[in-house]
Amino acid sequence: MSLTSARRAKRRGPRRFTRRDLVVLGVLLGIPILLDIAIVWGPTLASVVLSFTSWDGIGSIHWVGTQNYTNLFTNYPPFWPAVRHNLMWLGFLGLIATPFGLLLAVLIDRGVRFSRFYQSTIYMPVVLSLAIVGFIAQLIFSRDQGVLNAVLGNKDNPTDWLGDPNLNIWMILIAAAWRHTGYVMILYLAGLKAVDPTLKEAAAIDGANDRQTFFRVVFPTLRPVNVIVGVITVIESLRAFDIVYAVNHGRNGLEVLSVLVTDNIIGEASRIGFGSAIAVVLLAVSMGFVVTYLVQEIRGEKNR
Amino acid sequence: MSRRNLLRGAAVGAGAVALPSLLTACSSGPGGDPKTIRMGSNSSDPVPKKAFADAFAAYEKQSTAGRKIKVNTVDHNTFQENINRYLQGKPDDVFMWFAGYRMQFFAKKGLLLDISDLWKNYQGFSQALKDQSTGEDGKQYFTPYYYYPWAVFHRKSLFAQHGYTAPKTLDEYIALAKQMQKDKLVPIAFCDKDGWPAMGTFDYINMRTNGYDFHKSLMAGKEAWTDKRVKDVFDTWRSLLPYCQPAANGRTWQEAATSLQQRKTGMAVFGMPHPGQQFPKAEQGDIDFFPFPEINPEHGQDAVEAPIDGFLLAKKSKTLKNKKTLESAKDLLTYLATPKAEDVYLAGDPNNVAVNSGASTSTYSDLQKKAVELVSGAKQISQFLDRDTRPDFASTVMIPAIQSFINNPKDVDGLVNGIERQKKTIFATEG
Repeated sequence: MSLTSARRAKRRGPRRFTRRDLVVLGVLLGIPILLDIAIVWGPTLASVVLSFTSWDGIGSIHWVGTQNYTNLFTNYPPFWPAVRHNLMWLGFLGLIATPFGLLLAVLIDRGVRFSRFYQSTIYMPVVLSLAIVGFIAQLIFSRDQGVLNAVLGNKDNPTDWLGDPNLNIWMILIAAAWRHTGYVMILYLAGLKAVDPTLKEAAAIDGANDRQTFFRVVFPTLRPVNVIVGVITVIESLRAFDIVYAVNHGRNGLEVLSVLVTDNIIGEASRIGFGSAIAVVLLAVSMGFVVTYLVQEIRGEKNR
Repeated sequence: MSRRNLLRGAAVGAGAVALPSLLTACSSGPGGDPKTIRMGSNSSDPVPKKAFADAFAAYEKQSTAGRKIKVNTVDHNTFQENINRYLQGKPDDVFMWFAGYRMQFFAKKGLLLDISDLWKNYQGFSQALKDQSTGEDGKQYFTPYYYYPWAVFHRKSLFAQHGYTAPKTLDEYIALAKQMQKDKLVPIAFCDKDGWPAMGTFDYINMRTNGYDFHKSLMAGKEAWTDKRVKDVFDTWRSLLPYCQPAANGRTWQEAATSLQQRKTGMAVFGMPHPGQQFPKAEQGDIDFFPFPEINPEHGQDAVEAPIDGFLLAKKSKTLKNKKTLESAKDLLTYLATPKAEDVYLAGDPNNVAVNSGASTSTYSDLQKKAVELVSGAKQISQFLDRDTRPDFASTVMIPAIQSFINNPKDVDGLVNGIERQKKTIFATEG
């Protein structure tokens, strides 16, 4: 007790740092900041700058102004489908997969029979990389050799689940949701375990039914988990890449922004300027979500 | 403070190590021994890797000066994706790559070493091969090694069973396809999930309809895609689609080749290694092909699509600046251009054909012999759409365009307008 109060006294005032404190602070803060600048902000700014050039990775850099952006918005057929698919991804995960994960979590938390078994089964896909989920999806949805068409037994005119550009994005979303649901479920399960049981008892005494208890009492206490799940859902849909790349390199109905970036920058194409412009669009969209989230959080802190 | 500097130094150092591509990281080292030639290899698949190892061992054995090859093998796709940075960074002395535009592009950027002096002594290479090894400035940069032709592949036994004969013209091709449909076969196996297999069909229809010269200048961005001649190509292609396997955009070339092997489909426009890799060993002898049928008698079956792989010298290689190393590297290329060197390689990889007319054909299968005949009889050799034009145009414009054509073959006007608009912006950028 006396030790802590002594220390606190020493620390009063901003100019009371000893030389050693300064060094420790400098190192502990300095390294992450330097790394952050070198690894994150440096390349980010470089992308923004390069997006105004027509650099092909070799030779000199030419400025082209906003030409890449005009080109992107008016003259690059895969761009708008990619934006649409990213939004569909967000909508599907946010409105279907995430609530479904919550539902499963609630059911399991209520202690249905074999709940441990369900819990591990539903969580199992989460240990797989999305690229592997993509390969599994191909085994199931392939038109000629896939399991699904074999089960449906429609040999004369089998459905081309992955080749039909109006259909394949939904199949991929289902595959992505298969993994996402388990992830969300485990997060909510952890949250539900932490809900104080006395709250539920109190609600029951007040005469609330199950539904009312959940929506009026339990769900609001899950707010921190909701925030995390929301962030994860947004990140998952913006970074969507590996599964579509594994299936058909993100072409023919599976375009997403991240694939367009890699298609243009990595690989022989080396349209580094143009690819950077797409990356900047992706950056702007993510910044939109990040800023909204931060503003909400800061406001929440103030209100508390 | 010094500690901080140290840490900063460490952070910068870590960045410097992590940032350059995989390729350059592997190939550093002192200028060293001028008798050791460093070779950048993209042959990561087991069969060609082993065959190349045999060929290099044969070189080391015959070298009286005791020259050695140090091979730096990189995964095929990784190599391809990093080629820009590789050639600008610290490339190996000699590296493997493709002929045609994909070579000329780097020659123009000044990343390749002129080997015209070696070409003066090369023997057994046709004019068409020389053209494919020549840059836009008229100098040679490429030593060809092997190739594999594209044609219409099928099973001998299936053709014999139904009494089919190889068609010569488009009309006969369609008549054969109709007969196959009556016989409950899907006439033409078709796939484009990987984005490139359908390009072969486009190339052939264009060369048969409009000739090689038009095809080449179309690929070079000099012709308008909105030209009636290009629309004709897509119209002809559309007339063939009813005989092709439906849903091609959902099918890999492996699946299409398997359907050929399983006698579900009758024929397929492929390169030689494709059916070769999907047919079991015992059925390899049953693979046969015929050249893509004639469409316009003016151009007949003159052109053959035969991608060529070979060796080049990287100008930026540090060790190549040493005259003695350069001598060694040129000695290696001279050896690799001989028929004997190709024989050693092909003994280990029978899915390709030697480029040198002096190479021994005694160990060739019937299919390989036929392939040699096909290419040596060709008036022109094309490479492949993605090797005959700018890589950025092929991958970011043509792949989606052809896939959308397969989905919706009716809107040819919209398709070619879209290609032309994008072509203009891409070909306008000069790096």
